[in-house]
Amino acid sequence: MKSLLLGSAALALSATFALADTVRLGTEGAYPPYNFINDAGEVDGFERELGDELCKRAELTCEWVTNDWDSIIPNLVGGNYDTIMAGMSITDERDEVIDFTQAYIPPEASRYVGLSADADITGVVASQTGTIQAGYIAESGATLLEYATADELITALRSGEADSVFFQGAFLADIVAENDDIVWVGEPVPLGGGVGVGVRETDGELKDTLNAAITEMKEDGSLNEMLKKWFGEDTATF
Amino acid sequence: MRPAIFSSCTDPANLDMLPWLSCYLTTGKHLAFYASFGTVLLLLAVTAPLALLFGFAGASVARSRITPLAWLGKGYIAIVRGVPDIAFFLFFVIALDQAVEWLRHKVKCPDWDQPIRQGNDFVVCQIAKMPLNSAPQWVHEVYGFSLAMVTFAIVFGAFAANVLYGAMQAVPRAQIETAEAYGMSRSQSFWRIVVPQMWLYALPGLSNLWMVLIKATPLLFLLGVEDIVYWARELGGAKTTRFTEYPHDDWRMWYFLGLLLFYLAFTKLSEIVLTRITRRLSHGQATLGGEALRKDAQGGATA
Repeated sequence: MKSLLLGSAALALSATFALADTVRLGTEGAYPPYNFINDAGEVDGFERELGDELCKRAELTCEWVTNDWDSIIPNLVGGNYDTIMAGMSITDERDEVIDFTQAYIPPEASRYVGLSADADITGVVASQTGTIQAGYIAESGATLLEYATADELITALRSGEADSVFFQGAFLADIVAENDDIVWVGEPVPLGGGVGVGVRETDGELKDTLNAAITEMKEDGSLNEMLKKWFGEDTATF
Repeated sequence: MRPAIFSSCTDPANLDMLPWLSCYLTTGKHLAFYASFGTVLLLLAVTAPLALLFGFAGASVARSRITPLAWLGKGYIAIVRGVPDIAFFLFFVIALDQAVEWLRHKVKCPDWDQPIRQGNDFVVCQIAKMPLNSAPQWVHEVYGFSLAMVTFAIVFGAFAANVLYGAMQAVPRAQIETAEAYGMSRSQSFWRIVVPQMWLYALPGLSNLWMVLIKATPLLFLLGVEDIVYWARELGGAKTTRFTEYPHDDWRMWYFLGLLLFYLAFTKLSEIVLTRITRRLSHGQATLGGEALRKDAQGGATA
């Protein structure tokens, strides 16, 4: 009922914004549990569920689109899709090019993994290109080894190309849980300002609509439930 | 979730190797992978004739006696051949897409008062979007595919133009002189003498281009089309048990091995077909190949 009310409020507020129009949601599709392609070949994951729910509450028709991580911002700016929901942390550098809604995932820990608990985290460290983790390694003084997708990182670690891998904790957690040879190294490092929906700077109305829907989900606790479902009971919530 | 093709696939964790594999290889994701082979073949089937057309036009224009036209043809060949493919693909497709939207914007939304370029953003009115935001996903995919096709045709057309230009020049001068002696006009001798004979000279260059084109198809993913290399990478990546019924380690090697075989088989097939075409075109030509064929035929007749 509440979502119905808010939906109609949003409708009334943004009379000029053509709500009947489809909003295209861009994602990477290679980043479980945030977003990935499931066995049936469809976009799935936390962001799929959240995005669909946000669209329902804001009464938008939404369509999912996958795009390479490398060119995910240029294609948003160029108008190929209207939002980015791809586990993208809010940072000042990105904020200069695009806008973010409020965070829908609180700031979370990035972590090192290696083949042993005393693996070298100051030597060659692998991370994904254009991520906050890659930025952190580049400034930490270690040698950064960049890969285009996250799942290449573990291969690089096993083949000995990298001494350790530094990446978002939630992505690594499943891998550590299921592979005996991969273990946590060192302490978690808090990075970034949380994950938000990326929108074009000129798309103020869409941003407001999404912000309203996220606020509503934060208030009624449904966002926290969703976070726990996908990231485990111990994950940070709002 | 879509029902699996085989009813036994509902609980793959309990299956043996072979049934497991048959289930694994028929997931929706794999079907999309197989379909992408069709995408690549379709691209080749459409792009090759289109590029040849661009090439033929480019070469004919470059040979023109009207100087500005000749400059146009030579400029096209020189510029497109000189720019790295990847830069061309990244720049040209975006420019083409934005040019289309800009034109539609000018026509459909004359009252629009905001600038189209706002900082980094390219903003046109909703009804000028190409394709429309509300269009189903397949329309977007077809549009993306068409952009890819045109881009491939332009790039490979420039190389083909250079090959055909050379081939046209290689047709023996004596042939054209004979045509002139018979009173043919320039365009008559072009269509009746030069064009039919130039293919033999063009074929080695064109077959090279065809091979390169086959191998260039992975550039499709740069244009947002999900091609076989994208799917091989996606399917081959290591999967944990949490989000798939079919967890596995890093299997990219096997998928890429499959792609290797596909490309090898396809280029081998192309070679066979091209050899046949060369043989056919050599008939009656005053070339080494043509002479050999003539002797063969004579030998066969006398024996």
